[in-house]
Amino acid sequence: MFGYYFQLGMRSLRRNPVLTALMVIAIGFGVAASMITYSVFRAVSGDPIPEKSAVLFTPQVDSWGPQQNIHGEPPYALNYVDALALLRAHQAKRQTLLYAVWLSAQPTGEQSLPRGADGYAVTADFFPMFDVPFLYGSGWSAAEDDGRAADVVLSEEFNQRQFGGADSVGREVVLGGRAYRVVGVTRHWNPRPRFFAASGSTSGFKDPTDFYIPFSRAVDLKLDTAGNNSCRGNPSFNGYDGWLQSNCVWVTPWVELDNAADVARYRRFLEGYAADQQRAGRFAWAPNVRLRDVMQWLDYRQMVPPESKIALVVALGFFVICMVNTIGLLLAKFMRRAGEIGVRRALGAPRKQIYAQYLVEAASVGAAGGLLGLMLTALGISGVGILFRPQIARLAHLDLSLVGLCLVLAVLATLVAAFYPAWRAAQVQPAWQLKSH
Amino acid sequence: MQIKPILAALKRHKAGTVLIALQIALTLAIVCNALFIIQQRVSKLVRPTGVAESEVLTVQNSWVGADDATAASRTKTDLLALRGMPGVRDASFSNSYPLRGGGMSLGVKTDPDVKKPITGATIYYSDDHSIDALGAKLIAGRNFLPQEIRWVGSNEFDAPAQVIISKALAHKVYPDGSALGKPIYLALGETGGKPSTVVGIVERLQVPWSGNWASNFVEYSVLVPYQSTGAFGSYIIRAKPGQLDALTKAVPALLFKTNRMRVIPAERGVRTFAQVRDEAYKSDRGMAILMGVVCAVLLAITAAGIVGLTSFWVGQRRKQIGVRRALGATKHDILSYFLTENLLIGAGGVIVGAALAIGMNLWLVSHFEMERLSLLYVVVGVVALLLLGQGAVLAPAMKASRVPPVEATRSV
Repeated sequence: MFGYYFQLGMRSLRRNPVLTALMVIAIGFGVAASMITYSVFRAVSGDPIPEKSAVLFTPQVDSWGPQQNIHGEPPYALNYVDALALLRAHQAKRQTLLYAVWLSAQPTGEQSLPRGADGYAVTADFFPMFDVPFLYGSGWSAAEDDGRAADVVLSEEFNQRQFGGADSVGREVVLGGRAYRVVGVTRHWNPRPRFFAASGSTSGFKDPTDFYIPFSRAVDLKLDTAGNNSCRGNPSFNGYDGWLQSNCVWVTPWVELDNAADVARYRRFLEGYAADQQRAGRFAWAPNVRLRDVMQWLDYRQMVPPESKIALVVALGFFVICMVNTIGLLLAKFMRRAGEIGVRRALGAPRKQIYAQYLVEAASVGAAGGLLGLMLTALGISGVGILFRPQIARLAHLDLSLVGLCLVLAVLATLVAAFYPAWRAAQVQPAWQLKSH
Repeated sequence: MQIKPILAALKRHKAGTVLIALQIALTLAIVCNALFIIQQRVSKLVRPTGVAESEVLTVQNSWVGADDATAASRTKTDLLALRGMPGVRDASFSNSYPLRGGGMSLGVKTDPDVKKPITGATIYYSDDHSIDALGAKLIAGRNFLPQEIRWVGSNEFDAPAQVIISKALAHKVYPDGSALGKPIYLALGETGGKPSTVVGIVERLQVPWSGNWASNFVEYSVLVPYQSTGAFGSYIIRAKPGQLDALTKAVPALLFKTNRMRVIPAERGVRTFAQVRDEAYKSDRGMAILMGVVCAVLLAITAAGIVGLTSFWVGQRRKQIGVRRALGATKHDILSYFLTENLLIGAGGVIVGAALAIGMNLWLVSHFEMERLSLLYVVVGVVALLLLGQGAVLAPAMKASRVPPVEATRSV
């Protein structure tokens, strides 16, 4: 029966090609708009570290006070003094401090000019905490943090540039005019968005990091942050040490806490720390601390570009309109055949059969719309570059799940849209139709 | 025209009526908001920066293996070489420039004892060549003098004795227009600080940020007579007329000839100001284009939907139309029947749609950095959709008006 209904459907669709084309185009555009914007949204709003996002937290301590902080929220990072105090207190299973650094890399081989390299100054726990995969070697130990060792972990990409992809563990690399010993090379690792250094909406989608060096070493070498640096109060300070002691925030802390009890304990510790600072006279305000996990942090820092959300909302609204349009056109199409339905009903077809016939017809319209939508989606995804910066635009891609979603959405939405018109068709009174003919 | 029979007829086509009205309502809601977004983004796009945009080239430079003293001397050498280049009108070195994306901002006060600054403003490290290199227009006071320029480290900042500020900032801190020669205080929050005398005012100079968050201080700039000894900085090079293209290649070549120990990023390292503007407003322009496409397609789909349903109605009512014609109704009567019918449905749709448009805008305002929808857009949208409906219904209505009276005598 299904095959026969399908044939009938095809015949009826061919009978008014304009109306059919209108429906297919409406469904196609609606589905494509939704899929294109969804592909971007999916790429930018995913969980960058699904296995551990619930146990990684970033502590925030208000060192600016209610007069100078932003809407009562503590600053998004720590100043050096507070960061070091949290590290030394060692109240979490694992913890790290980090900040972005930029260093020049000495040319090797046929390269003739120095190149820039982006990296992070981190502590030893960074690698196990964030499950950084290693190709060669490993991270460094806590003892090497304390010893301010000139160690460096390279990324696979940077190792390829500097050493042609060879196992470079034990070799030397010159960064910012100083030699570092390679202790490990990571496999390709670039969580998007880069949650651990969330400082702005596009900075979370950069190319992979080039290197990681010990935090203590970077501070010894007086390396400035290449990330955000925000200060409050009178910004007259002189030199690096003055900066370290100032209220400028530039260090991002992360802690790993396995269960709710640990989280509660750490939160109490943070409040205690802030209260101690108040008693000591450093803070002239009550403790104001936050402990956000990865997803809460991404949300708070608005790492998902607002364009992607606005575009998705508008596209969904667009899709709804296309569907309303489809309901109207299907209704017109089905009711035009009231006479035909009357004959079938009079010849003994139950309502269920009428229902089935028209839903099959609608589903084939939906499938055609889905195919058109798929083509438009492929076209649109190659054009998302007009709305998003390249590092975000290239995240959007057409994969199998998107193709499936596109077709399923088109057929399902058309079926839903067809329910009312099909119901109306099934309600046709055979006697009335036959009489008037 | 009698409305009563139309309403009676619509009652017999509840579903179709509701569908058309709903579609008009939703389209109105989206089109109003989309047009509003377009207008907002476009008004941002066309803001002038105060820079001689067609003549300026920017080069981002980082020194390799240089301490503060060597970095300063290398930068000075570069500047001399750049200023001596054929085709270069002037060149300067700064921490940032309009629309660059990253920069420095500080609070500005006129009373050092007040805690809260009047406004935030961006700080541009400058020398006596900066105004000319940028192509900014000095409208009052004087430029910096060569002896006023100081070289400072990247982690040092002290209020300078002289500053040059933008006209917008001058009016913000001294609304009576008397900023020239007066002191301002650069600080954030805390009291105290040294005064900086306003020695000059430039007509316009935008901040480095193009985001919405910066829109309340978009033209508040302070030029300080400092040059940074830090490893990072940007050269701002103003070409003589017609020389910009040639300089885009010649400048990096000259810089590497002067000193190889530098990094000029491959991406975004050398950019004409046109490229700077392009990249800064990429997402705004993209959003405007996207919204424009959405509007056009939506209106087309809604119009097509109206044509489809009305044609169906006309087909259904051929006999009734024939009866009316036979009873003496003119072609014009039939035509105006369908036009009025559409107008009634449209009116219902736009009333709901206007409410939806405002609701959607309120939702966008509460979730994104967006402004309140101006009612003008709703009015324009309402008129546009009613006209669209009339236009869409015209073809099927004409067809209906051509139904001959003899139709009444045929059994359908």
